[in-house]
Amino acid sequence: MKRLALLLSLLLVLALLVACGGETAEPAGTEPAEQPADTSAESSEAAEEPAAEDEIVIQHWYHQYGEEGTFDAVVRYAEEYSAMTPGVRVEVNWVPGDYFAALNSALLTDEGPDVFELQTVTQDRIEAGQLEPLDDLFEGVLDDFNETAMQRVIIDGTIYGVPMIMDPQFVYYNKSMFAEAGVEPPTTMDELQAACTALDTGRVKGLYLSNDMGSTSYLLYMTTWAANSDFIEGDKVVFNTPENVQMWEKKKELVDSGCLLVGATTEWWDPGALNDGLTAMQWVGLWAMPGVVEALGEENVGVMPWPALDENATPSVWIGGWNQSVNANSPNVEAAKDYVRWLWIENPETQIDWNVGYGFHVPPRASIAAQADALKSGPAAEVLDMLAPYGKTTPVTWTGAMDSIYQDAHSEVLLNGADPAEQLAAAQEAAQSELDALLNK
Amino acid sequence: MTTHELVETAVSPPPSRSSRKRQDTIEFWLFVGPLVLGLLAFVYIPILWGFVLSFFRARNSVTPTEFVGLENYLELFGDPRFLDSLQTVIIFAIFIVPVTFALSLGLALLVNNAGVNTGLFRTIFFIPTACSYVVASLVWKTSLFNGLPSGFANNILWAINEINPIAWVNTADPPYYWLVLVTVRLWLQSGFYMIIFLAGLQEIPRSIYEAAMVDGAKPGRQTFRHITFPMLRNTSVSVILLLFIEAFQAFDEFRNILATGGSSGAQILARPPLVYLYNVAFQDQNYGRGAAGAFVIAALIMVVTVVQGRLFGFGRREHQ
Repeated sequence: MKRLALLLSLLLVLALLVACGGETAEPAGTEPAEQPADTSAESSEAAEEPAAEDEIVIQHWYHQYGEEGTFDAVVRYAEEYSAMTPGVRVEVNWVPGDYFAALNSALLTDEGPDVFELQTVTQDRIEAGQLEPLDDLFEGVLDDFNETAMQRVIIDGTIYGVPMIMDPQFVYYNKSMFAEAGVEPPTTMDELQAACTALDTGRVKGLYLSNDMGSTSYLLYMTTWAANSDFIEGDKVVFNTPENVQMWEKKKELVDSGCLLVGATTEWWDPGALNDGLTAMQWVGLWAMPGVVEALGEENVGVMPWPALDENATPSVWIGGWNQSVNANSPNVEAAKDYVRWLWIENPETQIDWNVGYGFHVPPRASIAAQADALKSGPAAEVLDMLAPYGKTTPVTWTGAMDSIYQDAHSEVLLNGADPAEQLAAAQEAAQSELDALLNK
Repeated sequence: MTTHELVETAVSPPPSRSSRKRQDTIEFWLFVGPLVLGLLAFVYIPILWGFVLSFFRARNSVTPTEFVGLENYLELFGDPRFLDSLQTVIIFAIFIVPVTFALSLGLALLVNNAGVNTGLFRTIFFIPTACSYVVASLVWKTSLFNGLPSGFANNILWAINEINPIAWVNTADPPYYWLVLVTVRLWLQSGFYMIIFLAGLQEIPRSIYEAAMVDGAKPGRQTFRHITFPMLRNTSVSVILLLFIEAFQAFDEFRNILATGGSSGAQILARPPLVYLYNVAFQDQNYGRGAAGAFVIAALIMVVTVVQGRLFGFGRREHQ
């Protein structure tokens, strides 16, 4: 009996070892790193069966895009490239939920993605050695790329990302609700307050700024610029200005007046609340345009920048977007760069498809934008016209840690009634120590 | 030679003592080895690594770069957001522990005395334990307690007295969000602790009740106070201990109910330390400070456990 037990347990351990070995064998297959694609193709022809050992697998991570068809599209791009490039296979990882938390922890390991999306390339990632310089991909095409989009990927003269899409964010409004209430599109915060109150009928609210009532970082970018203020100048954090204090006070008044929609089941990035008629105005991005037009009818869709603090300030639009970066620690840096070049530099069909085929985005390249007919008429065209006068983006030294500090301070004001001047002063001090830590390294 | 050894020699040829021993050792490690390896690799080494990390600068990296002594700990206690989170979790624990305790004990007494269909009731109350915190949180947030007129809670308020819709999760004053957070945890946890209390109740010998009955005790409050509750002391102490630990580790429902997409959302209303530390580590990518915070929380849980052990005498024998 004992012998049998011993034998069985030996078998069990053996089976475990085999199973674990199988798992570790897979990444080992991706090891042959700098091997150029063409030689591995030859060797796979020579071998009797297609040798998976020489195959380079490129892990490509995306955050979960909400628009229908986006997942199928990225899988299609990956398959197309894998089919035309022997010895290289692209695997797509579509990350639902908290993309940056997943990405950040994956980048700490040796098995992080080879190619991934970022919003703004930030300096802390360069300090951590996460990003591969991509200057050589831009040879001859650099002038074709939008300047604001490039601002988000260049650090100290080196390019770390290829802009894929630009995502302006602004306020949508329902024109027929405006007409019914006799309201004109507001251009200042006082007008916004008046419009919001006039449009609030109880069942239909005036404005939707997400369930936190407007403390999401992207909205805060816009409100800061609309208060004649900015984030960083040189090595100083500068958002604590009297105008910004006033802007926070006005937003608190907006919350207290009760005209905001709160408690919707969708958040700001989903136009559901506007489409379902729960609110007359909502802050979203251009990506939502096809859905909004379908729900409200094109003649009913109005767009406007975030209103200025007063007549002396300028309204604002935040130009966000996504860039493609290559993991500097990837064993397949060259193959990954070739893939990125094919996808976002050489291949106009994909770029047009990705920018206007599902949700709407502004193509970061002039030559592609010229071919994007979907953006040339209707409210989408109005959005494009807002970009030059009102569009802005955040500096590369503004990191996620500073976002957290700024958002929390703003939430304290909106939700807990803290004093805006005190909160802004404390937040500026805290953000400054983050910036010092970043720059002194 | 004892009878036992005699029998053994008769059954099989006597293996030499040392080879028996060696075989036992091999068997021991075959069975225990994988577990020990797993514990080392996934529990003890990470804990040690985290401890080392908490004394180093580690931004955007889990490799210790520069020794900074206690700086991470000092920064942590200098951050009002962390102090707020400690306050939040302590208030939460002081509230949720007795409420869950009372509710699960009450349920256990009811089910135990149901007479008929005990199994059915036990199952019904236990089922929520099998539900994930994330799923339950999203149901609570988007369906039962959403802020729209069509939300379940708002519908009921309207039906009762035409009360206007309330934004449950986002109203700071009065703090309705606590209602959402507390009810979801009660729903998820009470069933589990009810089962533990049921087991405790069934351990109490019937004879004690019978003896009390003979002495003229009335069933109900009197027997509960003088028999049931004292006999449940060890069960109660372990339930309180587990409840405290779980309260200090609160994360899932706070993060899923109060956070919104791509922002810190309404988190500041009630942010327990683990949510704060999750943000510090995985959003701000400050792993050194995140690790330091984890050890502060661990220390806090230990202190509470030890104090509680002293107060209630955990592990003392039931009849002393």
